[in-house]
Amino acid sequence: MSANQDGVDLLEVRGLTKTFGTLTACDHIDLNVAKGEIHALLGENGAGKSTLVKMLFGTLEPNSGEVFWNGQAVTISNPGFAKKLGIGMVFQHFSLFEALTAAENIALSLDDGSPISTIAAKARALSYSYGLPLDPQSLVGDLSVGERQRIEIIRCLLQTPQLIILDEPTSVLTPQEADKLFETLERLRSEGKSILYISHRLEEVKRICDRATVLRHGKVVGHCNPRKETAASLARMMVGNDVQAVVRAPVQGIETAQPLLEIRALSRRPATPFSIPLRNINLTVRAGEVIGIAGVAGNGQGEFFESVSGEVPQQDPASVRIRGKDAGGLSITGRRLMGAAFVPEERLGHGAAPRMKLSENLLLSRHATDGKVFVGAGGMVKSDATYAAAQRIIKAMDVRKSALDPEAAALSGGNLQKFIVGRELDRRPSVMVVNQPTWGVDAGAAAHIRQTLIELARSGSAVLVISQDLDELFEISDAIAVMHNGELSKPLPIAEATFEKIGMLMGGAEPGHAEHALETS
Amino acid sequence: MMRLELVKRPQRSMLFSALSPFIAFMLTIIAGAILFALLGVNPLKAFQIYFLEPVSQVWQLHELAIKAAPLILIGVGLSVCYRANIWNIGAEGQFILGGIVGSSIPVLFPQFEGPLVLPLMLLFGMVGGAAYAAIPALLKTRFNTNEILTSLMLVYVAQLFLDWLVRGPWRDPKGFNFPQTIQFNDSAILPELMPASGRANWGFVFALVAAVLVWILMSRMLKGFEVRVLGSSPRAGRFAGFGINRMVFFAFMLSGALAGLAGISEVSGAIGQLQPVISPGYGFAAIIVAFLGRLNPLGIVAAGLVLALTYLGGEAVQSALGISDKVARVFQGMLLFFVLGCDTLIHYRIRLIGFAAPKLESAPKLEEAR
Repeated sequence: MSANQDGVDLLEVRGLTKTFGTLTACDHIDLNVAKGEIHALLGENGAGKSTLVKMLFGTLEPNSGEVFWNGQAVTISNPGFAKKLGIGMVFQHFSLFEALTAAENIALSLDDGSPISTIAAKARALSYSYGLPLDPQSLVGDLSVGERQRIEIIRCLLQTPQLIILDEPTSVLTPQEADKLFETLERLRSEGKSILYISHRLEEVKRICDRATVLRHGKVVGHCNPRKETAASLARMMVGNDVQAVVRAPVQGIETAQPLLEIRALSRRPATPFSIPLRNINLTVRAGEVIGIAGVAGNGQGEFFESVSGEVPQQDPASVRIRGKDAGGLSITGRRLMGAAFVPEERLGHGAAPRMKLSENLLLSRHATDGKVFVGAGGMVKSDATYAAAQRIIKAMDVRKSALDPEAAALSGGNLQKFIVGRELDRRPSVMVVNQPTWGVDAGAAAHIRQTLIELARSGSAVLVISQDLDELFEISDAIAVMHNGELSKPLPIAEATFEKIGMLMGGAEPGHAEHALETS
Repeated sequence: MMRLELVKRPQRSMLFSALSPFIAFMLTIIAGAILFALLGVNPLKAFQIYFLEPVSQVWQLHELAIKAAPLILIGVGLSVCYRANIWNIGAEGQFILGGIVGSSIPVLFPQFEGPLVLPLMLLFGMVGGAAYAAIPALLKTRFNTNEILTSLMLVYVAQLFLDWLVRGPWRDPKGFNFPQTIQFNDSAILPELMPASGRANWGFVFALVAAVLVWILMSRMLKGFEVRVLGSSPRAGRFAGFGINRMVFFAFMLSGALAGLAGISEVSGAIGQLQPVISPGYGFAAIIVAFLGRLNPLGIVAAGLVLALTYLGGEAVQSALGISDKVARVFQGMLLFFVLGCDTLIHYRIRLIGFAAPKLESAPKLEEAR
């Protein structure tokens, strides 16, 4: 860049505002990104981080506000224009075609007509020079999530951007993979490129970022140097107050407690070409304990949840046993009747029907287990009873809502999750299986949900938690098992578990796992 | 260069959701006025003949009830299908099969008389319609075929089957070779409600009872909840333990049974024998009725009466003004078009988007391409 532009920030945002209906997702955001810095955008889920970067990348149109690029006012009307300016983006959810090779996926986004072989050679050279080895000829469908992220990063770097936006890049990585990514980012910074790094993980922000802008409820609440802050002070800025710590009393003599959920040699073929098969999974969850299942997203957790819940029943009845009885051949309703309760990962459309009231959503999982209470003679729904029960759950879980009995879609993600978890807790289930209990939930509500799960276990139930959030699992689990490529490791008691050990397992360090050919090439 | 884009509205207007059928009706009237004007008739006079004269005398109200009964019965059944996101387009065929199976008793056993005949015929009609509707349900659940296509194609099978029956094995031997069955005996005829004032029969009562029962089913019962959950969010329905395959059969067979009941009621009430054509397209018009009634059984009663009027009006303008009675089909088509259009615009707004090439100069405020 020429000298006359020195002293001018690469990107300056003034008063950027975006409203969706009555919700102001971004409210007069100011942000400066200097050349050659890693700038963190911190905030809880729903704070407006993603909305802000979508406006910077041209996929959303701001209602008002200005954007300056190298000191010149610009209107970023579409992603193509953002790329021309020199803004590259690596999305949280990848946009790759699984049936195509890495090189073909990259070629699709370049649209400059150069032959695939040229692109592949360029991509390979670039990937090795940045320490992100990538085989351009490999099929995306065969790659791990971390490897897919490399494709996205390489694709972004091939366009020689000045500013790279990374949206929650480590949420899909093992700790070791994340370390590698940080090295790459530091290398990019040393070359004078700027990085806008979106995260809610405080430790990594403290580690690699030069400056931070903190968002809360769509507003900028502060700019700071994360290296001079503590994790607690950053959390306070993000959340607005101190978060109550989760209390977990250790359990004694769990080895002799009654097993309530047993999974024996559970295997499942992949349902689609791109889903993960389950391979000989064994696990026992005893009364009084919380077992956590860690793993990078897309390693079979969804398939495992479907099999354990009975949304997809098994051939072998003994592969899932609930309270000592075979349940593998039963439907989800049959397993609920045995005392099990389930909370899926997706709230809207899976755990709850978006356009239905909370009292109706209560009926979703409890029409059979509490049939006498909620359903009267001839299949008539007792709406007084469902309404009363819904209000009871709303009160117990402190669900914040705008109407007495609103539609599920009208609640924020965190409040809906509190309701869905509360709906199952209200039954006092003896087995509780939860997939991603606090994904997208604000810190206060997350602590509440985690505490209730621990209390449920301590009152004599078996609790199984599947999560990609390692901090969460270390907070609540008595033992942690790791799912990788459809296999489940032995549970590590929490006293022996460390981030490093779990991270190794998440990367596939368990014996018997075949490495991808890529690693050796 | 411009293109249109539908943008989802953040909120639906409750007011316009409620008004939408009426707005659609007004738009139909306006388009109809243009149509009549182009045909060279005074629109006001045409509307008077089309919409007012057919309901100006008591006996004509009876005719309205006769036409409305099948539309309501079928429409109520279809509303359950559509709420479950299952697209039964073949009610016309289920109507015909209900008529055929129900008529098998008086046609094959003309000596069989007494109070049992009619209930048995109605039951047979419902079973016939339900069984015929089970075919697309089976194809969908076993082979994942598209139920829109299979149920629609089965309509033509049913029409040709009826045609073959009345020209072949079931033809009245003493009927001078006319393609029709024997006249049903008296105990096989659906009685009229008030014979003194007009021809309306018990079919209209069946329609009202069915509407109330289905309304209770959908709004008060667990089964109705199941229909709504599976229709609006199938994955949540699976989580609830509701089986989608069972639902496909339930919705198809319930609507098939109601269409079959409508069919046998029409044959044994209004017609009194089988003939090559027993329906002026009730099964298709009932799709319009279901949507015009906002898939609410009570709204469908009102919508059924409106659609019945378009049939009577079509006949009236044909005899009074010499306009083809196909104009009734045109009115029904316009009504459905406007209903769906209004519903779409309640959920989405239209945005015009210009293809302006992105520019790299400073401050390229994207030109307003409107």
